[in-house]
Amino acid sequence: MLALSRVNKTFNAGTVNEQHALRDLSLLLEDGDFVVVVGGNGSGKSTLLNTIAGVYTPDSGQVVLDGRDVTWIAEHARARSIGRVFQDPMRGTATDMTIEENLALALRRGTRRTLAAGTKRSERATFREALARLDLGLEDRLTTKVGLLSGGQRQALTLLMATLVKPQILLLDEHTAALDPKTAKKVLDLSAALIEEDYLTTLMVTHNMSDAIRFGNRLVMMQEGRIVFEASGTVKSALTVGELVDKFISVGSEVLV
Amino acid sequence: MWAIVTMGIYLSYRVLDVADLSVEGSIVTGAAVAAVLLVDGANPYLALAAATLAGAVAGLVTGILHTKLKIPALLAGILTMIALYSVNIRIMGGTSNVSLLRTDTLLTPLLDAGMSKNNAAILAGGVAVIAVIAVICWFLQTEFGCALRATGNNPFMSKAQGINIDTARIAGLALSNALVGLAGGLLVQYQGFADVQMGVGAIVIGLASLIIGEVIFGRSSLLRSMIAVALGAIVYRVIIAMVLEAGMAATDLKLFTAVTVAVALYLPTGRKQLAQLRRRIVAKRANAAGEGDA
Repeated sequence: MLALSRVNKTFNAGTVNEQHALRDLSLLLEDGDFVVVVGGNGSGKSTLLNTIAGVYTPDSGQVVLDGRDVTWIAEHARARSIGRVFQDPMRGTATDMTIEENLALALRRGTRRTLAAGTKRSERATFREALARLDLGLEDRLTTKVGLLSGGQRQALTLLMATLVKPQILLLDEHTAALDPKTAKKVLDLSAALIEEDYLTTLMVTHNMSDAIRFGNRLVMMQEGRIVFEASGTVKSALTVGELVDKFISVGSEVLV
Repeated sequence: MWAIVTMGIYLSYRVLDVADLSVEGSIVTGAAVAAVLLVDGANPYLALAAATLAGAVAGLVTGILHTKLKIPALLAGILTMIALYSVNIRIMGGTSNVSLLRTDTLLTPLLDAGMSKNNAAILAGGVAVIAVIAVICWFLQTEFGCALRATGNNPFMSKAQGINIDTARIAGLALSNALVGLAGGLLVQYQGFADVQMGVGAIVIGLASLIIGEVIFGRSSLLRSMIAVALGAIVYRVIIAMVLEAGMAATDLKLFTAVTVAVALYLPTGRKQLAQLRRRIVAKRANAAGEGDA
């Protein structure tokens, strides 16, 4: 369970570039919720995810993850409970290291790194099995350097790394935006399958309206650092792309007036 | 001995992706600590251990300046290097050099056994290099070593995977400078003196050796890059000996090294530029031919 209460974040405070990225934002995610976040550029979606992940500390407000107040906990220290996939496929993996070394790093997320072997032979079977789920043929390429993989393969691998240790929350930040449509669909379907199988609590940012409707049990629309529209359950599944786009325009004009 | 300096630089420059200038100071620190201890009659191995430790402390300082105080790595290294200049003179008791006259060193038992000084140095240096390669190769494949490599490779990913990249960087810089300190400790036992100026140009010499090694011997795996880097240091020495033999003034060496490193660093970019130039000429010719037909 994730609870954000009255979170504020302002960048470049006191300058002409001041940007109030999150305004008194409160959001509650129950276990197993799959929330899709939509909103224009600069609406605060990425700031929201980065605040949960600990990249930014809020100016005020609280972030509580499974009953633990993590507002002031450093990014790496809360990583155990949080799985992340970034928009840029280059960001999620270490390119000069092999697939197996990357997975081994992910398997040790949140544990103390000792002088024990970095990858154990006994772990290989687990890695093979996990990679086989991706259906990309990577299970036979454990010792290939990740730099040789395509963007889609890397995103799939990052997804696997984010979920190898079951996270309390999975953060997907436009993770298919940099991929071609076919690969994007594959990675997205894979995400949905993993989320369902492992019953993962998820927050996904997307710019694709039909994806926003197709995936998740809740939808949140952001504008100027606030949540301006929410839909869940049957209301959400009844939404059409047209309605959602109209909603977008209507909140946009409200802000303009 | 320089092979070990090069491996230290490999750790910071390649593994951590940080150009660490403190090595110019820490090699002298290692040498100074070893020299002072040896003059006092300490065991040569103990002197080596102390030199290694002193180097590690220097690296620790750079690491803390860089991560906790958020000073850019290059500047943090320069600060440590400058500070060490004073520290090194203090270690040597206020003088700028210490000579080892009639003191027992690592080489003494070998010399007593009838080996020539050069052979003894090659044997001792060779053993040290192999030991260092083995230890570093093992270390880089441990959990902590992998975390260190990931930090240099992709700090964003490392944080997301729960790696404390500050700790990794500090530890990496300490380890890198520990190797350089060790090299200083070995060097002093071979050449018989420690001098506050002996570190000048160490980073450039190390980088030259590193790049020469990687270009000639490849970097496909960890072990291979480590061996390549060590051999690169030897090749560099051979090149230097050759140009000196050919009549270059010893004082021009640093200029020669700097030019070598600049050229070597430019090579990958140069290759790309050349390829692009070729494509442009081909495209231009094709266009010209097309217009001629029309």
